[in-house]
Amino acid sequence: MRLTVNGRTHDLNVDPDTPLLWVIREQIGLTGTKYGCGVAQCGACSVHVDGEVVRSCSLPVSAFGPDQKIVTIEGLSAGAVHPIQQAWIALDVPQCGYCQSGQIMAAAALLAKTPKPNDEQIAEAMQNICRCGTYNRIKAGIKQAAGIAG
Amino acid sequence: MNFSTGTSRRRFLAGSAAAVGGFSLGFHIPAGDAAAQTPARPEINAWVVIRPDETVVIRVARIDMGQGTVTGLAQLVAEELECDWAKVTTEYPTPGQNLARNRVWGNFQTAGSQGIRQSQDYVRKGGAAARMMLIEAAAQSWKVPASECRVAAGVITHTPSGRSTTYGKVADAAAKLDPPKDIVLKDPKSWTIAGRPLPRLDTADKVDGRKVFGIDLVLPGMVNAAIKACPVFGGKLRGFDPASVAGRSGVKKVVAVGDNAVAVIADTWWHAQSALDALRIDWDEGPNARSSSATTAAMLREGLTAKEVFVGNQAGDPDAALAAAAKTVEATYSVPHQHHATMEPMNATARWSGGLDKVEVWCPTQNGESALATAAAASGLPPQQCEVYRIDLGGGFGRRATSHDYVRQAVLIAKEMPGVPVKLIWSREEDMLHGWYHPVTMCKLTGGLDAQGNLTALKMRISGQSILAGVNPNALQNGRDPITFQGLNPSGTEGRLGYAIPNLLIDHAMRNPPVPPGFWRGVNNNQNAVYLECFIDELAHAAGQDPLAFRRRMLGGSPKHLAVLDAVAERAGWSKPAPAGTFRGIAQHMGYGSYVAACAEISMTSSGQVKIHRIIAATDCGHVVNPQQVAAQIEGSFAYGLSAMLMQEITIKDGRVEQENFDTYPCLLLQDMPAVESIIMPSGDFWGGVGEPTIFVAAPAVLNAIFAATGKRIRDLPLKNHDLRKA
Repeated sequence: MRLTVNGRTHDLNVDPDTPLLWVIREQIGLTGTKYGCGVAQCGACSVHVDGEVVRSCSLPVSAFGPDQKIVTIEGLSAGAVHPIQQAWIALDVPQCGYCQSGQIMAAAALLAKTPKPNDEQIAEAMQNICRCGTYNRIKAGIKQAAGIAG
Repeated sequence: MNFSTGTSRRRFLAGSAAAVGGFSLGFHIPAGDAAAQTPARPEINAWVVIRPDETVVIRVARIDMGQGTVTGLAQLVAEELECDWAKVTTEYPTPGQNLARNRVWGNFQTAGSQGIRQSQDYVRKGGAAARMMLIEAAAQSWKVPASECRVAAGVITHTPSGRSTTYGKVADAAAKLDPPKDIVLKDPKSWTIAGRPLPRLDTADKVDGRKVFGIDLVLPGMVNAAIKACPVFGGKLRGFDPASVAGRSGVKKVVAVGDNAVAVIADTWWHAQSALDALRIDWDEGPNARSSSATTAAMLREGLTAKEVFVGNQAGDPDAALAAAAKTVEATYSVPHQHHATMEPMNATARWSGGLDKVEVWCPTQNGESALATAAAASGLPPQQCEVYRIDLGGGFGRRATSHDYVRQAVLIAKEMPGVPVKLIWSREEDMLHGWYHPVTMCKLTGGLDAQGNLTALKMRISGQSILAGVNPNALQNGRDPITFQGLNPSGTEGRLGYAIPNLLIDHAMRNPPVPPGFWRGVNNNQNAVYLECFIDELAHAAGQDPLAFRRRMLGGSPKHLAVLDAVAERAGWSKPAPAGTFRGIAQHMGYGSYVAACAEISMTSSGQVKIHRIIAATDCGHVVNPQQVAAQIEGSFAYGLSAMLMQEITIKDGRVEQENFDTYPCLLLQDMPAVESIIMPSGDFWGGVGEPTIFVAAPAVLNAIFAATGKRIRDLPLKNHDLRKA
């Protein structure tokens, strides 16, 4: 089985029903993508597959082919220069930080498709749970990255 | 579960362990080694290390779980140290080091909103002492009096001669000096590092996946474990059938863990967990198998009128005053069990030495010393032969403060594989089923008003669960749990009832259902504030008075309580009507040493849904170390408190928790998050907590606004169980 993650090709010997999340974490060794629920409820495991946000805990690795571009938080940018990452640093968005990989991947995918999202579009795209309650700074961070006032 | 007893299946009694398979790791993950503690030199004192390259390493005994305590404590040390903030980094001493050095770093517990307020004095003195020693070392090298030297940003200057040097250059000499005896701390009014909204020190690692949480830890040769404990509280493991997972990929061992759990050890956690899901397990469900939320409710209802109770606060003669009242009001409220639901499930990594004479544990914990004690108890080794490496938490909220069940399990499991690090991760389902839940309580309140609408008498009967009875019975005082009365106490600096009520009785009928209780962000303040602040609202309406004015009349002797209440009322424009279609509710409370109040502004949709537009929250926490982090804690506390009030409850059926994941235990999302306007108003003569206090007023402020909007008084949480559509 072959996967392309963050531009690198990985040849893997795994059970085909292994969730993509656990292949990323335990086979490829990228632990920035988190386990939170295992049932696509919390979004901590969010990654991009061909630009779409995917909750990797609930899809088997067999659903993905080598031509699909999988991007994890580690591959979002080199040196954390993505505007979302920069806004997150500028506004001190994270508290514990555990959900933030997923939040950032969801926010980055939103801006890729909708460069100037309104509040409804932000709310619709950002369905990830944060138990620390960083939502208002997440919203402010998305707006800052998008260059939207207030 | 009923197993056949045929020879093809072997049943294993609890305590036995079976090896099933023997795969070695087929891949390598680079070791994260996040917890490696390399001794830094030179150490000026326990709190401060200055490296030759001028890096300032500040040791932090408390831990960060998102609340910003590490940055705040570093600000306090750096303030007194007068170092260059840009060169500051932090590290955690280990509990074993603390033990070996006669607890030089004091208490490690990070709970009760005490991380900063209960260590600020000695950490500031640590910074000041280090500064004095560094200056003294420079002065001695110049053969001048220290009094002629000054320091700014880690550069020491001898004023008369203009000579200068740096902390890094004199650190070795300073480390050899005796610590000073007389230390004078700065007046907070002159702070330049503390008190400022500095960026957190730990944010960069949280935006690119670099940060290693306990669940991410990788050690050389490590294996993984998944666990199931008996889903019925108090139940035991009778046996399990290793044949049911024989031959599964990666599985190394299936082991009993204590008397109530079974774990699968495998190369990867996914292999361990999927084998565990396939494992046939026989539980002895024990005496609680028929308990339920209904049996708990019956137990609590009985307590509402019980004769034997513990008194928390009393004054005058409330029965006589009620009999003489012009009007009496009575209501019964309830708050259910709730779960912490930290984003990072419970986990710990343990490694026994090959000779079984040493245990190391890597874990997220709010109290490393408690984790160390748990590791020692579980291993049977003296604490000196155990060590705990603390890792920042993916959420704590009290779950990882007192109950290190996951550490105990990891130590027991790892003993099956001496010399091999074993990482135990709980599935979300295991995490939901085996929490230490916010205690369940009911409360019956009776109030008496005189003809002028003054509250002349209040009786408040709390019936329900004691946290201390569940987690630390030794702390009970002749059976009484003092923390039941948080925020309702007659006196003290931690949580005093602000209202002057001439005839008062607040008491507790302790009723403990078979569900483990725990400290949950805000703890008993949460339901106490709901009970009292919603009932005070009921009394105000019964008296025909404005809820703010009604409260103000009883807060004359409590100026700090009054000040935060007035602050939110003023910001909200309470004296003017709310905008059309918008409704307000107000609440105040004191807990963990801080005074808090909130005003909520809501509207109702035509389908009966509450839309919370804005929360105005005020806190007087005495001193503020980092105002932007205080604001973050205020916002977060509302997300946590409103999640619970709106939609969260843990229910019990057949002795076990019914909610196994976020689909049945939902959390507030971004779309539901109100704007939060923080009023941070430190009055400067005390140190109060920050991480919890504002959560107390989240639910009552919104519930009172719902009454203003609908005329319906919600007395049983959560709100999702009520239909607020117009009849």
